[in-house]
Formats: sequence, structure tokens, C-alpha cells
Amino acid sequence: MRVNVTVNGEQRQADDVWEGESLLFMLRERLGLPGSKNACEQGECGSCTVYLDKVPVCACLVAAGQAQDREVTTVEGLADGDVLDPVQEAFVEAGAVQCGFCTPGLVVQAHDLLDRVPNPSDPEIREALAGNLCRCTGYEKILDAVRLAASRR
Amino acid sequence: MTLTPAELTSAVSGGIGTSPQRPDGNLKVRGEFAYASDLWHEDMIWGATLRSPHPYARITSVDITEALKVPGVYAVLTHSDVPGRNLYGLEHKDQPVLAVDVVRYQGEPIALVGADHPETALRAMKKIVVTYDVLEPVVDMETAADDTPLHPGGNLVRHVPIRRGSQDITADVVVTGRYEVGMQDQAFLGPESGLAVPATDGSIDLYIATQWLHVDRDQIAAALGLPQEQVRLTLSGVGGAFGGREDLSMQVHACLLALHTGKPVKMVYNREESFYGHVHRHPAVLYYEHGADHTGKLVYIRTRMYLDGGAYASSTPAVVANAATLGVGPYEVDNVTIDAYGLYTNNPPCGAMRGFGAVQAGFAYESQMDKLAEALGMSPVDVRIRNAMTEGSVMPTGQVVDSAAPVAQLLKLVQDKPMPAGTSSDIRELPGGVSNTTHGEGVIRGVGYAVGIKNICFSEGYDDYSTARVRVSMVNGSLAAAVHTAACEVGQGLVTIMQQIVRTELGIERVTVLPMDTTIGNGGSTSASRQTYVTGGAVKAACALVRSRLDGRTDIGDEVIDETTEWRHRATEALDPVTGQGNAHVQYGFAAHRAVVDVDVDLGLVRVVSLDCAQDVGKALNPQAVVGQIQGGSAQGLGLAVMEEIQTSGGKVRNPSFTDYLIPTVLDMPPMSIDVLELADPHAPYGIRGVGEPPTISSTPAIVAAIRAATGLALTRVPVRPEHLTGT
Repeated sequence: MRVNVTVNGEQRQADDVWEGESLLFMLRERLGLPGSKNACEQGECGSCTVYLDKVPVCACLVAAGQAQDREVTTVEGLADGDVLDPVQEAFVEAGAVQCGFCTPGLVVQAHDLLDRVPNPSDPEIREALAGNLCRCTGYEKILDAVRLAASRR
Repeated sequence: MTLTPAELTSAVSGGIGTSPQRPDGNLKVRGEFAYASDLWHEDMIWGATLRSPHPYARITSVDITEALKVPGVYAVLTHSDVPGRNLYGLEHKDQPVLAVDVVRYQGEPIALVGADHPETALRAMKKIVVTYDVLEPVVDMETAADDTPLHPGGNLVRHVPIRRGSQDITADVVVTGRYEVGMQDQAFLGPESGLAVPATDGSIDLYIATQWLHVDRDQIAAALGLPQEQVRLTLSGVGGAFGGREDLSMQVHACLLALHTGKPVKMVYNREESFYGHVHRHPAVLYYEHGADHTGKLVYIRTRMYLDGGAYASSTPAVVANAATLGVGPYEVDNVTIDAYGLYTNNPPCGAMRGFGAVQAGFAYESQMDKLAEALGMSPVDVRIRNAMTEGSVMPTGQVVDSAAPVAQLLKLVQDKPMPAGTSSDIRELPGGVSNTTHGEGVIRGVGYAVGIKNICFSEGYDDYSTARVRVSMVNGSLAAAVHTAACEVGQGLVTIMQQIVRTELGIERVTVLPMDTTIGNGGSTSASRQTYVTGGAVKAACALVRSRLDGRTDIGDEVIDETTEWRHRATEALDPVTGQGNAHVQYGFAAHRAVVDVDVDLGLVRVVSLDCAQDVGKALNPQAVVGQIQGGSAQGLGLAVMEEIQTSGGKVRNPSFTDYLIPTVLDMPPMSIDVLELADPHAPYGIRGVGEPPTISSTPAIVAAIRAATGLALTRVPVRPEHLTGT
């Protein structure tokens, strides 16, 4: 099938999409946007988090066809050219990035949190990021990054 | 004028001892860093692996006829399509690339499919008909040695005995215990993946996520029947490793499909397949007896431990040696009897995971130290300090610890840290969290301590070295450097460390890290907490060669200074096969933890309230990355303490998903305050001591000790599950 979807502000078209494909597969393999990650492909790890019509979702749990005529923003769409989003900048600065495989999902999820709650408490940050697994950091520096980004936005 | 390294350091920013941003950081936060599963090639096809559903079975037939007829399928391969040696392995070549007439674990690869879409490959796989004669699996590590032999030499992979001092001395106070450690998974987030691209001359390029390019290359070349120079590996982005990428997974498979079809082949495991596709941490059963005098001084330690290596050897021999040589912990004791056994079974293959044998022993010996403290009426910290190893102490192997061993100091540091506030009234900070299972009723707090020891770098006489190349030329009127190695960046930050070393050694701020590949010599494994030590040492040595040619010049015109060198740490020795004596290790690392937990004793739910750590790192080349390693290692130890286990039943994995295999989330992790000591090791570059593994060892027993303190239960098995606490 053919899927028409707006991704990161651009009208895109994917052809020959198999009905069983996920939005994640379409983004990564058909639209050249592998930033959203494939750590579990079953909605447990959050590494594929994208905005679908401004709501964060696990792209692995959304069928590609469900994105028809909708708006998707991926991690690749957060920076303004060479200028990083404050959340991205804070992740690098705070040492929240090690292997980085969880990072795209966490960046999108934290971006959404700070849009909704500009100055979140630690329990609020933890609750918001509870669906995003990280295996490298133990989360301390991710919390540091979100606090730092909140202080700058 | 020629500047000394110290003078050069002050001349540029971003040298050692500082925390510059990682060079791949911006790409990673933008989603533009190319991990192995992100790779794409014009005209590529997808590979998939048919695996055994049985832990132990004879294969009576494999019929691929119908699979080959599926439209979109390019190839279906079995063992008869492996042109070279159909066996590989890190220490013993005992594992088939594709099974021949027997499968020894659930998930063992039998056939490969190459197809135009992952779904096509899956559908074709379902049409491969394999018939089996199912056999009774060997699953008990304690009896495996006398059970059905799974390999020609029997089921004992290695026995490491250590005998030191009196073997029959007695003591005033004796405590014994039997401990079990469940099978932990590395659970790196980036699944096993790679892209194999065939060349027209019959050679091949593989872009791959691994921990050791050269040993992969050697094993792949042997299986493909190609000379090593015709197999070229380039490291792709690696989404974590923790030991799980030391062994081959899809490397040979993708290359076979690519050479067979003439097309680039991408293979990406999903999470379930990843659980079957890599080795895990050895489950263990450990028997200990500690004898002490009335003052708490250890008189003897005797232990017998079993480590379940599963179906293939992987790195079991080295894991067993670690468990044995580090088996009494960071304590002085003159009389030691140790027997450590690694066994073959039909359970999933086990090999390297962060801590590597020291984790299993650590849980047992620290549990014993708590038991001893209780028997003596001493505090857990006091009994540890009473026996704490120091510089100059003698290991059970007879090796003298010849650099800092601040065991008592580390314990005091965590003991003196401020205690967290009392049990919270906010349900988000209580066991069970927003599940709203308690408002504080039934919640009891406990505090526990532990300390651990880990060997750093490869041991037992292994020629452990790395190769580094540093090139300097003028770029836009200034000196610029490039550093090239085959040492794998898996997330730990080696790329940053190498830049920092070059800046410090050469006073050149602009340092490019070239792609890691096999066009340069061996970088050794990214394991055993060794890369900063060994590849760092090689980069430092290459810089010294460059520096002497630079001779203080800041303008070298059109000249290019390009130096490559190998660097190795001091030699180690084999263990005596009867007494286990020998200077087997290069360096020892130490960390101590204090854990504070709240336990809902009615429901058996645990919340770790704080997990503070003190560790000696010799010299923190990058303080931010050092703390990140300690926090990450502590988190994996927390996972083993209270949630992480691959559960098997009759050799079958019951929970191969992140739905059923739980790793800590941000809600499970407490604040972690870290004290970093920098007591230089005179034998190591810059005095550094490997960082990555020690915190994973002491974290687990500290948490379990805290749960014991809260509940009064013996808790001899990790992970501790709710039913262990409620008895239901």
C-alpha cells in the first residue's frame, strides 16, 4: 500500500508498504529516518518514541497505515538546523548519553514532559520517563539532563 | 623549545582529568548516529535465522525445498553451505555456525534465509521442515559432570583448584552457606545487527556491532574459508555490550548469505531473538565455609562453586578462573581451599557479562561476611574492615597486591555518607509506587554494605595488547591529530578518552577519531575494564613517538607525522593446575556500596532508597564518564539483586522479552552518590585503574544485605523475588 504522512514538517510518501509493517519500520527502512530505535519492538523500552499528532507514542506499536494523513515528529525533527533543542544539548552536556540507543526515545519523551510541565519535580520526571529503558547510565545523569534542560527553557 | 606533557596539558582544553563532551554525543541526541541496525545498502536483502525449539535433540532431517519456492527468497542455507570450519568459539572451537546433526540449546541456529523483506524471510522459515529426535536435556550444573556427555570430552569445561595454607585448620566461629545466582542477561538495547557487503573478488566487508573486531574477523574468516585479509570489519554504532557481544551472533550468517547471493545482507535480531542470540551471565551454585577467631579475624575460607556454562564453552574457562581467584573477596585470609567448576549443560550458553565470575562469587562471600558478623556480634562494616586487604596483601593465588587496595577506606566512605530521609509518605517513593499498594504500613527499612574485588585486563599469561596509530598534519594553519585503533567503542566513551590522551600528550586540541576497523592491528577486547588501560596506553605510546618527531614544532608545513605502535601491559602467569598459585592478574579494582531499602514485608515489594558507592579509579581521566560507569554498573547490580533473571525450565527460556525479563527503570533506581578515589597505580598509564566492572560486584550483595536487615530472612538466592520475602 501507499502511505502519505507528514514527517518533521515535510509531506512524505512511502510505497509498497506491507500491511503488517509498523510506523517504526516505515520511518527507519522506507523514509530514511533511523533515529527512532528498535530496541524491543514490543512497546516496553520507549526507544522508538515519536510524536504522532503531537502525542508521544511507541512507533513500534503503531501500524504504518495508521499514520496516513497524520503528523509525525521524530528525534531528527527536534533540532533547528545545527542548533540543538535544549533537551538534546542538556543530554550531551550532562553525560546522559553513553551508548545512546535509548537517547532518541528519552529525548522525545523529555521534550514532551517539559512542554507540558516546564519545571517538573523529580518524581514527575521519573514518572514521565518510566517507560524508557536505559541500560548504561543508571538514569542519574538523565535526570540531571532533564533538570538542566528545564532550567534553560 | 620542547614542552613536557604536563606543560602541554595546560596549553589546550579537553585533556585528561577533564570531562569534555563526547565526540559522538551530538549525533546520538539528533538520532543521526549510525548503529548496526540503522545501516542500509542499495539492493540489500534481509537475513533471518531458523533456531531449534528444543534444548537437546538429534536432527534427523532438514528439508528446505518449500522454503526456496517462496517468492522473494534468494537463499536458504544449512551447515552444508558453510565453506570453511563449521565450528567457532572464544576459547574452545565447540559451537557450530549452523547445527549439523544435534542441537544442544533452545535457539541454536539451524538454517538461514535471505529474502527481500523480513516478513518474507519469516514466512519462508516456517516452510523449512526439520525433524528431531528429542533427547532428555542436562540442566543441573551440580550433577552435569556425571550426566550424559554433551561434548566429546565430557561436561566439565574447567576445574580451577586453589590451595593455600593449611587445608584442615579449625576456627572458633564457623559459618556455612549455599548460595545461588540466577542467569542475568546483558540486555544491551541495540540488538545484534550488521550489514555484510560482498565484493566482486569474493572478499567481504562486514559493518558490525561487536566488542572485538579482530577475534570476530579471525573466526568469520575460518568459517568462510577465506584468508583473513579478505574479511574486512568496520565497527558500526554499538548500542551497549556488557560482555554480550564478545561471542559471534549473526556475523558469519550474514556473510554466508551475502557471499551466496552476491547481495548486501542486513540482519537485525528482534528482542526475543536477542535473548537466544547471545551468551548470558553464568548462573551459579556456591558452597562456602568461613572460619574466624573470636576477634573476627578470618582463619580460613573453603568454597566449592559451580558455574553453568550452558551448551557451549564461550569464555567459561576464564569466568571459572575469576570466580576462583577472586573467590574470597578483598580480604586477607591465610588458609584457603577453593574448587571452581564450569560445566556444560543444555541451558542457554553463558559467557561474558560485566563482572565475569567475580559477581557470582561476590554475592556469596559478602553474604558470608554478613553471616559471620552476626555470629560474632560485630557490625558488618567492622568485620569487613577487620579483614580488609591492603597494598601488600597476598591473594589466595600467592600474588602480592602491589598497588593501592583501599578496602577499609572505601567502606568507611560509604558508611560515613549522610543517610537518606526516613520512609516517605509520598506513595511514589514507597514500595509499589503508584500501584498504591501501601501508604507506609508494613514497610520496614534496612541498610546493607558490601565491597568487592575485580581483576582488570586479561589474565593467566594472555598476551594482552592494543595497537594505536596517531597521525599529525597541518589543517587550516594549525596542527591537527587523528587517532586510529581497532578498539571498540560500545558506549563507554573510549572515543572521548582517546581524544583527551592525544590532547594531553601532544598539546593538539583538534583530534579526530577515525573509524575503528581491521585495517589496523588488534585493539583487544572491549571487556575486562581494559580499554582505557591498554588502548589508552597504546595511544599514549604512539603520541610519544609522534612527539619526538614533532620536536616542539607547531608548524610542520606539508609533513605528515604518522606513527603506529603496539602497547602491552606487564605479563601475567598461568595458574598452577594443582595449587592454583601464580601471578595471574595485572591489576585489581575495588568498590564498596551502601544500600538503603524500604521493604513492604506484606507484599514482598522492595524499593531501593539509596545506593551509594565509593571506588578507587587510580586516576579519573574523565570524571563525568567515570561516575557514569559507576552508576550504570551499580544499576545492573541492582537488577540482579531484585529483578533480573532469565528463567529456564527443562532448558527452555520462559521469559525472552522485556515484558517478562525486567531491567531497572528510572522508577526502580534510587539517587546514587559516588565517591571517587584516585590512588595511582604506578604500573598503569597515568595510574589509572579499570572502572567498569567493580561497581557491578558490590551493588548486588549490598542491596540483599539491606533486605535481610529489613526482614530478618536468610535470602541465599538472587534475584530476590517477592515470594522469597512473603513465603507464599
